[in-house]
Amino acid sequence: MMNKAKSFDDITFQILVNGMLISILVAVLIPMWKVLVESVTPLNYNQVQAYGLWLPFSKWDFEAYKQLLSHPFFLRAVTNSSIITVGGTIINMLLTVPFAYALSNRTLPGRKFFIIMVMVPFLFNAGLIPTYLVVQKLDLIDKYWAVILPGGINITNLLVMKAFFEGIPEELTEAARLDGANEFHVLMRVVMPLSKPILLTIGLFYAVGHWNEFFSAILYLNDASLQPLPVLLRNILLAANMNEYVEYDAFSSASVQAIKAASVFLTALPMVIIYPFIQQYFTKGTLLGSIK
Amino acid sequence: MSEAILVPPKKKASVVSKKRLLRTWKSVMKHRVLYFMMIPGLIYFLVFRYLPLWNAQIAFKNFQPLLGIEASPFMENLFEHFETFINSFYFSQLIGNTLILSLMKLSMGMPIAIILALCIYESMYKRLARFVQTISYVPHFLSWVIMFGILLVMLSPGEGLINEVIKSTGNEPIPFMLSPQWFRWVVVWSDIWKETGWGTIFYLAALMAIDPTLFEAAAVDGASRLQRIWFISLPGILPTIVVVTLLRLGSILDAGFYQIFVLYSLPVYSVSDIIDTWVYRQGVLEFQFSMATAVGLFKGAIGLALVLVANRLAKRITGSGLY
Repeated sequence: MMNKAKSFDDITFQILVNGMLISILVAVLIPMWKVLVESVTPLNYNQVQAYGLWLPFSKWDFEAYKQLLSHPFFLRAVTNSSIITVGGTIINMLLTVPFAYALSNRTLPGRKFFIIMVMVPFLFNAGLIPTYLVVQKLDLIDKYWAVILPGGINITNLLVMKAFFEGIPEELTEAARLDGANEFHVLMRVVMPLSKPILLTIGLFYAVGHWNEFFSAILYLNDASLQPLPVLLRNILLAANMNEYVEYDAFSSASVQAIKAASVFLTALPMVIIYPFIQQYFTKGTLLGSIK
Repeated sequence: MSEAILVPPKKKASVVSKKRLLRTWKSVMKHRVLYFMMIPGLIYFLVFRYLPLWNAQIAFKNFQPLLGIEASPFMENLFEHFETFINSFYFSQLIGNTLILSLMKLSMGMPIAIILALCIYESMYKRLARFVQTISYVPHFLSWVIMFGILLVMLSPGEGLINEVIKSTGNEPIPFMLSPQWFRWVVVWSDIWKETGWGTIFYLAALMAIDPTLFEAAAVDGASRLQRIWFISLPGILPTIVVVTLLRLGSILDAGFYQIFVLYSLPVYSVSDIIDTWVYRQGVLEFQFSMATAVGLFKGAIGLALVLVANRLAKRITGSGLY
């Protein structure tokens, strides 16, 4: 009797919990799915079913993708975004990793001073205009450097990485030092191989930030030929017609909606593809140091 | 008497300090490779973090681009830009919008994140739970421009999904993105859609850290599932809830600049213009550099005070904080 009552209680509870999980899953997926369906809906297709959430696979039409991927504007924006993402992430890591490693060394004379030096701008930001004036003075306007360098070190990422390095057992690094390795070798051969999760996590965060770079591009890149994908995407989303963004062809073309949805999908795609590969690492990486 | 105690014999002091200096110097030399490795980072901090702080002096000046930052004259009343802003018509609107949007996001987003974390933790179908967790993280990595596209697909009065549903019930479509009545809800719910999954990370970690024998003991004592959540799980994650709330309150003046910058438009300025968006328009579009910097500093100073208080409180109550 007791057992049955308990299991009945459990079953109701599990129905409630899993029902909630499934509704949240649906709420997350529906908007993404709707974008996908809209991007493959053929021009002048008006037998929309289930509020445009269902389109038979035989009707899927990739014209919008073909149009976008064959247009120089779009390809140029993809190239620009790729350059900013790859170059920016490399520079981020080159700046962040050695600095975090040095700060993680508890015997470093002046360590306290350097940590205060990091914390002051972390807690107090001078704001938009003073930074803009620095970029302007360095003559970086309309150069990729302008969107890469001001965010060269993300202080949260720096602190998380420092916390991770501090957790590496000292015996390991000390052993390498006794073997005559200098700090640079210790970092390269001992610390970095042990820090793969944090390096991948932080690398992903930086890369996502660069791929999504929008505001700093608006601010610093006036030259249309330098603009990254998010800027083009916004222009496409705000445009009333697509004459500027696709080769207009009266006979075979895609609807404005489909082109807008396809450009949303293509911009999101790289993130969605890379994400599952790195996901396994980042839960641990994010938790460490973000709240101590 | 007291002086004799305070000032030790001179000769000995210099010997000691010389020794100490020598030791420090040796230690510095021992770590020279580390200092060398810090050089790029140090240059970065000086140029892109401290030079802006120096440039912020234009908040107290009448900045003239041709004269440059240093040569521009100080205002007669140093705080004139600050006073103009505080007395301006915008002030109450900007502060109001900033606080309202921040508090709406916090008060609605947080319970949903906690409930989602509890569901993931309690579900006996671990695969489903992990799948929901994985999928719910994805929107965190999408930019606000992509979100803008998704919102258009969902909300546009022409063929947005939600308006299709509204139309099918025989009602008039609602221009959500352009309606002052609805726009704040768009901002809040799009933020919840994007960030709730990611927000569960902290609560899940706290749940995992609860001693499982507590649940077993409660089950033996006949506690129901809901009682176990109420008396064990929730108290277990309470410190995390307190810390997250305090830190969010500490950054309450950051109401989501990138989001609002991408989503808003002229018809909804009155309900969504926040301090940061105003600073952008004043500074970058209207070239009021000194005024925009002053408002930025004003926000930075209050934000600093709030973060320091929030962090101290968080540390006192739970023993953990931001730094």
